[in-house]
Amino acid sequence: MNIPYVVEERPDSGLTNGKLGIWLFLASEVMLFGALFSTYIILRTGAEEWPHGELNVWLGMANTFILIGSSVTMVMAWASLKLNDFGKHRLYLIATFLLAAAFLVNKYFEYAAHFQRGEVPAHSTFLAIYYTLTGLHGIHILGGMIVMAYFIGPGVRMWKTNPEQFTNRIEYTGLYWHFVDLVWIFLFPVLYLL
Amino acid sequence: MHSDPEAIRKSIRTYVMIGAALFVFTGITVAVNQIHLAIPLAITVALIIATAKGSMVASVFMHLSHEKKWIYGALVLTVIGFIILMSVPFFTVHDSIGTPIEAPAAEHAAGAVH
Repeated sequence: MNIPYVVEERPDSGLTNGKLGIWLFLASEVMLFGALFSTYIILRTGAEEWPHGELNVWLGMANTFILIGSSVTMVMAWASLKLNDFGKHRLYLIATFLLAAAFLVNKYFEYAAHFQRGEVPAHSTFLAIYYTLTGLHGIHILGGMIVMAYFIGPGVRMWKTNPEQFTNRIEYTGLYWHFVDLVWIFLFPVLYLL
Repeated sequence: MHSDPEAIRKSIRTYVMIGAALFVFTGITVAVNQIHLAIPLAITVALIIATAKGSMVASVFMHLSHEKKWIYGALVLTVIGFIILMSVPFFTVHDSIGTPIEAPAAEHAAGAVH
């Protein structure tokens, strides 16, 4: 049995199932991160003093550049499919995956340096919310990498059997990935600079 | 969403330009941080730049500048929910539950009777 509106758009909404689904999922993600940002504001405004300069701004900035770069390669991966250039798509998707991995490696070194100094989540309220926000964001990066690995590996077969559906799937992956980048765009100044 | 190859090629140029703009804005955010502004001003500047960057990602990379109305509808509801969430800290500061607002006036009245 074929599932309808996977490739063609529904006549009433003008959307495919996947497109509406990913946007509803992202809406729930906004609420998840919104609740944590709200918690951060409560903790910060309620604290008598808030540490400043505890985090490595340059590592944070490097990770911001990495994620922005990965957003560009991700959208290029989708645009290449639209231009029927599978070779370029593959290169861009692999580049996105590698940039995501670089982000996590960077984050590992950052966490390791904190742990060596005994700066664990229980050390202070600031570090507790820092690890919660960046840890949750890191899990999202990992989730995106698993999906990308699938489309670089076994999922790539669909390009031969149903290229339009494959292109749509890459678009949804891209929407998720840009959202993860968007969250970091706010996390970086809030945690590292202010 | 564009399907015409020429429109896609045009979009690619836009993606590269937006990517470059995001790099520049990130540099500006860090540079502003290095001049150590007063905290309220620093927060305002950093959040304005972050909002500008976020808008670029959402409108261009996520194609929100030309999306279907169902998506906009879902996002309007999300924005309302997000505003409520961001208002929670305000309510925690400005609520008066448990604060004895009437007590001083009552004590004053009792003192006048005696």
